[in-house]
Amino acid sequence: MAETTPTSPRVRPGENMRLIEALQYRLPLAGMVSILHRASGMLMFFLLPFIVWMFDNSVSSEISFDAFTSAFVAGIGFVPGFVIKLVALALIWAYLHHAVAGVRHLWMDATHSVTKQQGRSSAVATFAISIVLTIVLGAKLFGLF
Amino acid sequence: MAVNYGSKRVVVGAHYGLRDWLSQRITAVLMALFTLVLLLQFVFGGPVGYDSWSAIFSRQWMKVLTFVVILSLAWHAWVGMRDVWMDYIKPVGLRLLAQVFTIVWLVGCAGWAVQVLWRL
Repeated sequence: MAETTPTSPRVRPGENMRLIEALQYRLPLAGMVSILHRASGMLMFFLLPFIVWMFDNSVSSEISFDAFTSAFVAGIGFVPGFVIKLVALALIWAYLHHAVAGVRHLWMDATHSVTKQQGRSSAVATFAISIVLTIVLGAKLFGLF
Repeated sequence: MAVNYGSKRVVVGAHYGLRDWLSQRITAVLMALFTLVLLLQFVFGGPVGYDSWSAIFSRQWMKVLTFVVILSLAWHAWVGMRDVWMDYIKPVGLRLLAQVFTIVWLVGCAGWAVQVLWRL
């Protein structure tokens, strides 16, 4: 038996990847859905206090409801109203993308639809549904209809 | 279930993530159903305004459902954020810090939301 030499731990690709390095990958469409699923989840996580603030003000009293609605026009503190609207739009997109991509996961789990073609076509469907709904709700938010 | 603690702990093999995987999916389904229920009440609840909006959350069954969804969201986000920290943060101390922050953040937000809900 050959003398065993201590082997240095092999570095596997992606093992020590930092979050910022994930942005440098040229991803297939299914990979885009996946990383944006993550990004949208993190966005909602960090904006959770704002979401609860909206919930609090919108239901607590008529006075707080007015404060809630006026935040989208007059802003909150030094933050102007259109920035609040943009943040709300980001949340709308994040929720829709996360939810549709989540349903895609459940569908893949339930039907074992894990081929390359299915991954791509369901990714297209995910983007189509979430982006169209985001545009519609965003147009409503910014008063286009 | 295999022994998951002590010196007899099986440190290799599958199923370690099964509970997280399953709970993330169950909480996701609960939140999706809640979204549909809320959307239906919003659409068919009459003119949009404070009265119709707050009335949705003042019904007892909706409070119970919302309460469950708040807890589901916190659990779901915990599993997801833990995955993210485990993938991208290697130093143990920093990862622990991120995980503790996540729990504090989620428990704090959930507590606030529950307070808002049950004082209606």
